[in-house]
Parts: sequence; C-alpha cells; structure tokens
Amino acid sequence: MTFLILAVIVLFVLAGIRVMSIAALSAELRNNRKDDIITDAENRNQGNLWVVFLIAFFGFCAWQLYAYGDKILPEAASAHGPAIDNLFYTTLALITVVFILTHIVLVFQAYKHAGKTGKRATYFAHSNKLELIWTVIPAVVLTGLIAYGLTVWNDVIYPGDKQATVIELYSKQFDWTARYAGKDNTLGRSDFRTIGEGNDLGLIEDSKSDDDIIVKGEFHLVKGEPVQFKFRSRDVIHSAYMPHFRAQMNCVPGMETMFEFTPTITTAEMREKLNNPEFNYVLLCNKICGAAHYNMQMDIIVESKEDNLKWLAEQKTWAQTKAAATQTAATNQESTATATLDK
Amino acid sequence: MSAMDSNNTHPEHDVQILPGVHQHEHAHAHAHAHAHAHAHDHDDEHEHHDTFITKYIFTQDHKMIAKQFLMTAIFMAVIAMLMSIVFRLQLAWPGKSFPILEPILGKWAPGGVLNPDFYLALVTIHGTIMVFFVLTGGLSGTFSNLLIPLQIGARDMASGFLNMLSFWFFAASSVIMLFSVTIESGPASGGWTIYPPLSALEQAMPGSGLGMTLWLISMTLFIVSSLLGSLNYIVTIINLRTKGMSMTRLPLTIWAFLVTAILGVLSFPVLFAAALLLIFDRSFGTSFYLSDIYIGGQALEHNGGSPILYEHLFWFLGHPEVYIVLLPALGITSEVIATNARKPIFGYRAMIASILGIAFLSFIVWGHHMFITGMNPFLGSVFVFTTLLIAIPSAVKAFNYITTLWKGNIQFTPGMLFAIGLVSFFITGGVTGLILGDSALDINLHDTYFVVAHFHLVMGSAAIFGMFAGVYHWFPKMFGRVMNKKLGFAHFWLTFAGAYGVFFPMHFLGLAGVPRRYYSNTEFPIFNDLVDINVLVTWFAILAAVSQIIFLFNFFFSVFRGQKSSQNPWKSNTLEWTTPVEHIHGNWPGEIPEVHRWAYDYSKPDREEDFVLQTTPLTEKEIAEGAH
Repeated sequence: MTFLILAVIVLFVLAGIRVMSIAALSAELRNNRKDDIITDAENRNQGNLWVVFLIAFFGFCAWQLYAYGDKILPEAASAHGPAIDNLFYTTLALITVVFILTHIVLVFQAYKHAGKTGKRATYFAHSNKLELIWTVIPAVVLTGLIAYGLTVWNDVIYPGDKQATVIELYSKQFDWTARYAGKDNTLGRSDFRTIGEGNDLGLIEDSKSDDDIIVKGEFHLVKGEPVQFKFRSRDVIHSAYMPHFRAQMNCVPGMETMFEFTPTITTAEMREKLNNPEFNYVLLCNKICGAAHYNMQMDIIVESKEDNLKWLAEQKTWAQTKAAATQTAATNQESTATATLDK
Repeated sequence: MSAMDSNNTHPEHDVQILPGVHQHEHAHAHAHAHAHAHAHDHDDEHEHHDTFITKYIFTQDHKMIAKQFLMTAIFMAVIAMLMSIVFRLQLAWPGKSFPILEPILGKWAPGGVLNPDFYLALVTIHGTIMVFFVLTGGLSGTFSNLLIPLQIGARDMASGFLNMLSFWFFAASSVIMLFSVTIESGPASGGWTIYPPLSALEQAMPGSGLGMTLWLISMTLFIVSSLLGSLNYIVTIINLRTKGMSMTRLPLTIWAFLVTAILGVLSFPVLFAAALLLIFDRSFGTSFYLSDIYIGGQALEHNGGSPILYEHLFWFLGHPEVYIVLLPALGITSEVIATNARKPIFGYRAMIASILGIAFLSFIVWGHHMFITGMNPFLGSVFVFTTLLIAIPSAVKAFNYITTLWKGNIQFTPGMLFAIGLVSFFITGGVTGLILGDSALDINLHDTYFVVAHFHLVMGSAAIFGMFAGVYHWFPKMFGRVMNKKLGFAHFWLTFAGAYGVFFPMHFLGLAGVPRRYYSNTEFPIFNDLVDINVLVTWFAILAAVSQIIFLFNFFFSVFRGQKSSQNPWKSNTLEWTTPVEHIHGNWPGEIPEVHRWAYDYSKPDREEDFVLQTTPLTEKEIAEGAH
C-alpha cells in the first residue's frame, strides 16, 4: 500500500513538473511547428511505452489480486452459493484469458508496427475466413455460457417444492423488520392503511397474524433448513442484500417479492473459520433509498434447530405484544384517572 | 430527394434548406454557374452578413454549432469531474474534515464534512451530467454536427435552424441542471436513474422536491434537443450525400452517427413518456408508479401503480443510451485508427454489420438491469440470452481494430493513443459484461461496485477516450490549428493510468459485496479491511483530474496559439480534409467534390502516396479488381 501511495505521489510530482514547465513549454510551442508530424523517435517511444504500460497494468492487476484476492467473494454460506461461485469462476477464467490475450496482441501490434519513415503498411482490408472465425468462436462459447448460466439461474430461482419456513423482511427508511409466520407457518395479511402506533407493519387483525413473531436488530435462521423470504416495502424501493448467502431481491412498495435459500454454515462455525469472534452475517440495503441508505442493516444469525426453537420461544407473538401494550395503556389510563381523582 | 442526388445538381433545393447559404443574384461568368449560386468565391462579401450574434451565438452553421456543443460539454465535464473528486474524498476518508469544502459547498459540508444528502446529490448529478450532457449531447452534438456534412459532402445540415434550436435547448437544459445544484433543498438525489417512489415523494428525501422538478424540466429540454439533433442527422445522412457517396462508401464515423441517431429517435421519446408520467405522479396525484405507500406518518392515496413500470420505461431508453454513448466513440475510433495505422479499417462491412447488430440487440436487453426487481424469472432468462449475444458483434469490433493495427505503419498521434486506449477499455470493461449479464451472477453483484467498475470502463472511460481521440484528431478541422503533441502524450498516459487506477480496483470492492451509492462503508465491520482500496482509488481519481489541466491548457492554448494546420494534416482520405482550413459557409468554395471510392484506401499498392482521397477516381485496374 505504502509502495502504491509512493508511486502515486511520484506520478503526481511528474504531473506537477509537467504543469509547472508550461511556461517553458509555451515558449517552445511557438517554435515547435511539427505537431502534425510524429517523428520516428516519438513513434518508437510511444510503441515502447505501450509495452511498459502493459507490464505495469498486469503487475497492478496481479498485485491487487494478491492483496485483495482473499477478501472477494467471502465463503458462500447457502446451499446454492457454490453453484453461483462456480459459474462466476468459470466465467472469470474465460474472460481473464480473453482479457490477457487480446491485450498482449493489441500492445504487441503497437510495439511491433510503430511508424517509421519509408515503411509502408500492408493493404489488408478484409478476410472472410478471419471474420468467420471470430464470429463463430465467440458464438459457440457464449452458447455454452448462456446454457450454463440459465441452468444455475433456474436452480436458484425455482428451488423445488421442499417445504420452506416463511419469513417476511419488511423495509422502510431506514431499517429492517423480520416477521416469522409462527406456528401456522402462514403470515397474517397486511394493509398499509392500518399502519400506526403498535402496528408498524400494517397487519390486519385475525387469527393468522396473532401468532406472528416480529423482531428487529437481528433475525435467526436454521442451518440446513430452507427459508422462503417475502419482501415488502413501506415507502421507497429497497433491496435486501445478503452477500454471504449470494442472495438479493428488491423490496418494492405495492408488491411482494420472494427469494428462497438454505443456509449451510452457522454463525459460530463461520466465526471459527474466519477466526473472528465478532463476525456476523448481515442483511444490507442495496438500492438507494435516502440519506441513511449506507447504514440500513440487520444482523443474521444462523444456528442449529434447537437453538432456533429456544430463541423463538423467547420472542413475543404479535398477540402477546398487543396484550402487553393494551395492559400498559390501561395501567397508564388508570393512573391518570387516579391522579385526576386525587385532585 | 433521392439518396443519390448530389447537391450541385439541385442548387435551388439546397438554397431553400440551407439558411447559412445565400444565393447571389449577380451572375457569374463561369462554366458551372448554377453550382456557383451557393458557392462562395466571395467570402469577404459574407463577412458583413455575419454579426457577432449570428456568427458565434445564434449560428446556423454546423461547424460553429459543433464547437458550441464541445465547449458546453467541456464545461459540464469539468463540473461533473470536480463533483466526483468531492465524493471520492468522503469515500476514502469518511468523516474527515476538508476545510476547503465548507466555503464552496456551504451548508452541505458543515465543518468541511460532506453531508449524506448532498453526497447522494453529487453522485446523482455527476451521473446525469456525464451520461447525458457530456457523452450524449457533447459527444454526438460535437462530432455528428462537425463531421456529417463535411464527411458526406454536404454544405450544411438539412436544417440549420433546427440544428441551432438543438444546441439552445441543450444549453438551456444544462443551465437548469446546474442551477438545480444551487437551490436550498438541493438537486435531485435519487441516483441518475431516479427510480420512484424515491424520486416521486418529497417526503422521501429533500432532493425529491424542487430539485427533482428542475431535473425533470432539464431532461425534457434535453430530450427535445436530442430529438431535433437526431432527426437532423438522419435526414442529412440519407438525403444530402454528395454524388458517388453511396452508403457503402461512407466513413464508419457516419455509419455510427446514423445508427446512434436512430437509436436516439426510437428511445428518447420513451424516456420522455417515463418522465411525463413521473411528473403526473408528483404533481397531479396520479398513480402510475405509486401504490401502498406509507411515508412521513401518513398513508398516501396513490393506489394501483408500480415502480417496476418506471424501471421498464427507463431502461428501454437506458440501455440503448449506453450505445448512444458508445457507438459514436467507436465510429471515431474506426476512423482515427485506420488513418493513423495507415491501413484500411479491417472488415468494413463486418463493422457496419456489427454496428447494426449492436443497435438492434440494444433494444431487447433492457431487462438485464432488472433481474432482481421482482420481474418474472422466466423473462429474466430471455434477457440473459439477448444480453450475452451482444458480446458477438462487440468481439468482432475489438478483433477488427486489432487486425487493423497489424502490419500497419502506426503514427502515434495523441488521437491515435486515445483510440487505442478506447480499445483497451472496451475489452476490459466489456468482458465483465458477461458476468453482469448472467442473471445468476447478477443476484450477488447487482448494484455493487462491480457494476460501477464495469460501466465506467466500458461506457464511461471508453466513450470519453473516443471523445478525446476525436478532439485531438479533428481539432485542426475545428480551429485550423494542431494541438501540441507532447502535452497530448502526457495527457494520454496520465489519464489512461488514472482511469485504470480508479476503476479496476472497484471490481474487488464489488466482489466483496460493497454496495454503490453508500456515503461510507464504515458502518459494516465486514468492509473494514477494504478501506485502503478506497484511498487508492481516490488518489488515482485526483491524478486523473489533475491531468485534465494539461488537456485544458493545451486545448485553449492551441485554439489561439497552436501550430497552423495544413489542409490535410493527418494525410487522411475523407472529404472533410478537402475543405479549406479557414471555415466558410457551405464548406467548399467551388463545387462539392464527387466521391469515387470508399474512405479507407490507405497504403494501397501501386500508389506512390500512402493515402488516396475519396475524390480520386478509380483506375481501370482498380475497377477490374472489383473496387467499389
């Protein structure tokens, strides 16, 4: 890093010298009347500079891969994650080869065929054979890539009919709320017009919503159990992004969206793997939604079935929350009444 | 007028549609008297027809309009670039105080720390200006205007008046866009794509109030400008080509401008529709995009709309827009590379076919911006298919550029360096399109810095390099002088290194899961060890920005003091280099030259010179060999 900052500073100084020598240059400019002719020496220099560039550029790419390679694509913690990662690395390998080869060929032309007085270019206007080659080869490769990509896409988006736990992720400026379907595994219905004090999610009162469990700050998933997320938004578009699970879906006001996956590594296991006891999976917002967009997050805990049941048992259902609220309100009212009477 | 009509066989018609050209009443004793009716042996006589206002301000001359577009674009680009430096400072050193910011930004940077609302405003306006005002208006406006009449052999655009209107609508929209930055509640801040409901509701963010209204007004004027320009370009190219200039003899620049204009005419009206419906939702209580919203403590009346509709409409323009930005740059590159490699462009017809192929496909790929919006996954599959197909014509173009260099006699003019730089960006940025176009991979990378890296390389840097290549190459045509080559070399290498230094590391941020449009990444422990990438990127951004001082100095110095250009400084084949160095109305003093060959006979065997002007008749031998 220090090396790079130094390199940048050196480049700066070079730029600075350039700019400062403008006065000197401008005097030269008036005498230098050959701006439309590139001399042989200049052509040679520029041809060589392309080689220098290529080496520096590839070096830069390699250095970044070395410095940041272990931070990209954190280990996938969902069942479908490795399939996406494999597709990614396959595509990456392919495009890296194309990227390197074409750049070598491109820069080699610049180096080899730099202009020289008296030299003459070869008149070579077209070749059906070459054109055919570089139309057909990409077409074939792409066909394979499309087929591979769509297979993965279908597997991820249509995960099969295994019964999944339903969890709602509800977004608003600027936080997330998770709602578990409770014992009936059915989320109670909602209507945005009922949003109000004590009813942040706009739930409709009925037996289906009474056993729903609403949590903030963090939500818990079970390792190895498929979970189907249903996303809603109260105000603007948000996007539920869970990078470790290779999962993302927009939350759109006025409609419900869905995404399903199966977590495969518990938080504890991941902490051990990363040797980082502070580590947490995270849900973040990935669609610009306003000033605090950069800090709209919720922690995700993946745990065993037993731990999960224990945790769920500690949470209040919506019916319990309402009852508690009514009681508090009643107590308040009573005490107010008493206070009035005392007067 | 039929496609093959030459100008000089119908002078009456020309005069009617070319306001810049006045018919002389007095007779000329000349063999081609009718041609002289609109030709100008008497330039001096015209000088006093032009006041300062008609020559420099409300001009109808395409060459002057091109310069007006270029100057406006340069000004806008400098503003947008400075904006990017301000938000890059925040990203590299979040929360750090930069005392210089407070006097400039006032309440938006209290204590020299950028405010989060204004961060989003800067990102939004940076994107809007760069995409629309610099790379659409600036790039097409400058080079289509300058080159279409000159390269096809026309005295001016089909309608000089519409052309003038096109610029002034552009200027007005630029002024409004810049003005919106200065208002109390701040400019539009919902990202350059302005997705509702964020952009529709003032309660959602301060920038969605008056700032958004001004944005919409500005963009409406911009669309008018773009449509007037595009219609003019299309009509001019179809109707006003000189004798002998068949479609397959057109330089690739003109092909690119033509297809770009067609894309614009077909897609900008859809953006206009999207903007209009948004205006309705914002101001007149309709519900095209809004439904079931509770914001600011109340449930809104809007019912039944869908933000997804907006996304469809927006990206129906938005994706062709990428090619509206890129195709002119590729056209310029074709011309600059062929001229300076001293070789015919390789695969001329394949290049035309690939332009047409890209243009066609660009209309049926917009859904790849919406894989994870809740759009039907099957529809997503269709868009994956069409999107990845674009790689085929793109690959053909890249390989053809490289083959054009092969066994050339490459003259590394600054324009040529930028053109080769474009090819490099086009490849580096293009290949990651195969990742983002794949819906399964987009799940994880959508809206991350990977996307920012991808489009800044393939459409941002590539298109801006195309623009630079064009400026250096046609500067002699615009100002009669040549830009300093040494400053050009320095400008190229520093900018090239700067751009790669800024955008390449962003791939790593994106793969680590860092979302775009985040005011800072410090709220997430998982991004803690990525902070130094942002520092690196910002230093390179500053380097690239400082390098533009070299360009600006060179540009303005050369306008007044540069070396005087010869008529054909790059020894090029195309028609614009047969006009006099000094600009005159109607471009050619005598008859418009007739064209006898394609634009790319560089280093033709049996010729002494390594270029053959398009006006040179074919020899018997060439005809026998099947030349056209």
